Amino acid sequence: MTTELKQKEEVKPELTSAEHPATKYLREERLPHIWCSGCGLGSAVTSLTNAYEKLEIPIDDIGVVSGIGCTGRAAGYFETDSYHTTHGRAIPFATGLKLSNPEMNVTVFSGDGDLFAIGGNHFIHAARRNVDMTVICVNNYNFGMTGGQFGPTTPQGATATTSPYGNYEDPFNLPDLAASAGAIYVARWTSVHARRIQQAMEEALSKRGFSFVEILSPCPTGYGRKNDLGEGIDELKSYQDRTVIKHGSDPGDAEIERDPEAEIVVGKFVEDDRPTYCDVADDYLQGQ
Amino acid sequence: MSTEIEKEKTTEKWPTDQGYLYIREDYCKGCGYCIEFCPQEVLEESEGFNEKGYHPPEPTAIDKCVNCGFCSIICPDFAIWDEKEGSNE
Repeated sequence: MTTELKQKEEVKPELTSAEHPATKYLREERLPHIWCSGCGLGSAVTSLTNAYEKLEIPIDDIGVVSGIGCTGRAAGYFETDSYHTTHGRAIPFATGLKLSNPEMNVTVFSGDGDLFAIGGNHFIHAARRNVDMTVICVNNYNFGMTGGQFGPTTPQGATATTSPYGNYEDPFNLPDLAASAGAIYVARWTSVHARRIQQAMEEALSKRGFSFVEILSPCPTGYGRKNDLGEGIDELKSYQDRTVIKHGSDPGDAEIERDPEAEIVVGKFVEDDRPTYCDVADDYLQGQ
Repeated sequence: MSTEIEKEKTTEKWPTDQGYLYIREDYCKGCGYCIEFCPQEVLEESEGFNEKGYHPPEPTAIDKCVNCGFCSIICPDFAIWDEKEGSNE
């Protein structure tokens, strides 16, 4: 025992100027980022950079687009081609980027408020047209940056700054919305499934067409605090207990309820193939 | 006189059985994810504070680290990561 203790004491760290491997794709001078302690956005960014690295996509061929909000800040941290658009307009900008530069790997990295409140219309039409892009939505159930107002994904009964008596609206079920609008790849994971997120992102990035990955993230400062969910770590532990993996199940059954004991269905719901917007346009116009 | 600015050495490099574990304390926001979700229970919250006032993780059982890299992917603040010996990182 004493020798073991002695051995442990001998291990001493050495000081270096090494950086996290994710910073290869990030603007180091802008770090540390502004996101709160316990926010899941940082790990979503790491999963995405890991996916780029695994797929060996050259940094010059990547375009990251985001809208407004906490998640919208992500584009500013990427050292790839990146664009921080106006509120809700990430997908139209990304569509333009893809059409003008079809070789580019376009990723939209934005939040639920941006993509589904003000940007909802753009989302369904990009999915309908099957524009070749990967949309990553980090869902924190509220408008975090502006102070925790309720939004289109806030579960029924949940408290937010603008719903002090509880939210009585029905929320969107994002995988169901994406699947019914025509997305060819739909998956949902939570921040605790870090490796699965990376795998889903790899699959989504390699698919040709409109692919959608939803990440349920803790928001301890906004949503968590008002709904007695504790710190970020308590939310992650509850995700660990609540989630049930059901690959290929009907996304219509994947609704999220306010009840902290209720089941959350995660997994890969849709994996399909159909011609992309660019393919159809080329074929059609050639026949004219 | 060299114009090159040398990077500040702020990262702790801990030797493990199969490589290294790096902790950059000044980026840590004390969320505790690495400590809670480490499958080998290598880390503990340290008693010291970083400049933001959080308790960064401390590898109290570094000999148990197997370089699985889960801390690296779950850390939201790019403050902890690993390197396997022989990898190109």
